[in-house]
Amino acid sequence: MQPFDAVIIGAGIVGSAVARECALAGWRVGVVEGGTPGSGATGAGMGHLVVMDDSPAQLALTAYSRSLWRQQSERLPKSVEYESCGTIWVAADDEEMAEVTSRQKIYENAGVPAEILTASQLAAAEPNLRSGLAGGLLVPGDAVVYPPAAAGCYLTEARGLGAEVFLARAVSASQGEVLLSDGVRLVAKRIVLAVGAECDLLPSLPIQKRKGHLVITDRYPGFLRHQLVELGYLKSAHKVTEDSVAFNIQPRQTGQLLLGSSRQYGNEEREVDADVLRQMIERARQYMPGLQNLSVLRAWTGFRAATADKLPLIGPATGLSDDASLWLAAGFEGLGITNAPGAARLLVNAMLGRESAIDAEPYLPARMLEPARLSHA
Amino acid sequence: MPDFISVTINGTPNRVARGTSIAAAMLLAAQPNRISITGQPRSALCGMGICFECSAVVNGTPHRRTCQIQCEPDMTVETDR
Repeated sequence: MQPFDAVIIGAGIVGSAVARECALAGWRVGVVEGGTPGSGATGAGMGHLVVMDDSPAQLALTAYSRSLWRQQSERLPKSVEYESCGTIWVAADDEEMAEVTSRQKIYENAGVPAEILTASQLAAAEPNLRSGLAGGLLVPGDAVVYPPAAAGCYLTEARGLGAEVFLARAVSASQGEVLLSDGVRLVAKRIVLAVGAECDLLPSLPIQKRKGHLVITDRYPGFLRHQLVELGYLKSAHKVTEDSVAFNIQPRQTGQLLLGSSRQYGNEEREVDADVLRQMIERARQYMPGLQNLSVLRAWTGFRAATADKLPLIGPATGLSDDASLWLAAGFEGLGITNAPGAARLLVNAMLGRESAIDAEPYLPARMLEPARLSHA
Repeated sequence: MPDFISVTINGTPNRVARGTSIAAAMLLAAQPNRISITGQPRSALCGMGICFECSAVVNGTPHRRTCQIQCEPDMTVETDR
């Protein structure tokens, strides 16, 4: 049998985007998925397409990826629920308002439009926020999708271009050979691990699970217009040891509200943690008191795939493995949906030796070997 | 002879026997409990509070499971949209 040009392990949104990009390059592509496509971190997340400025490299990748989402938004099927609702970063006090001003400049310098909202402009934009908040930063280009449908769309497109999907678990993947749980053996020039937090194929993969909770309400059309995130989110998202919650709420096209968020290390239980859920809802209620009158339909958890420096692993596995056939597209933490199209483009460009629109160096897996980078994180 | 009360369903007063569930009252009045996201009219399916198909607006509160609530005098009920 002729070898595959690339076999991608994992049909979440990142693996599906990589498969599509490889297929667009005219390659023979295989995709291996042990569960239901999009049922891991992809199916658990919010689907917030957001430009984040934790670090220059994160800003570059999220801004680039969001621009790719915007370019393709016109041709996405309705089921993907692409909605350009924008993000408002909510500032509770003057200290956070000072941060709004500095972040607005950072976004502006990166070519990402962002507007400062005064307290009254914020209240007018989102009447269900409590009074007394200091203001906010509106990022109008941010958007929302339904992640499993978006991943499915990428995978369908890849299949349309000839990609083959194998619904079986990858038992081993090395030296250009992938062995599946049903006995099938795939030979590939390149193997891409796009595996999220669940991976035993490469023990040296420096990824930790970071548990999150989400809640979805019944339909309340008009209650919320933008995705709202408290600015304190950055403080809580930066903590790498403690459990934390932050106010983060998203309007769905159905009128439902998707409410987050929580972050926990060292908890690998799938069950909803009632205490964390209570803290999360209480936090949200402090920002939007009217939430207490709404009905919740469901709560669930998921696991973000987190790296030590909060940047994904995109590129050859060089350094983490001496297997030259292994490539990585993993470790996206909470930004896998946002970054999937950009990451896929960077990875396939690297495989083809093509230039990319942004510098791919900050995401190379080999950086994980540098102790300076690790201690800095 | 049952004791009759009046409930307003989508703006129209209806006479129903005391003890009637709101879901039954809406069915008697030929009014859907809710309109689905794709625009379909829906009525109670399970009748025991599990399926949420009978959600309606009761006295101004949306998404009440009407198969689990009895009509009371002068109640206002509307289709959930």
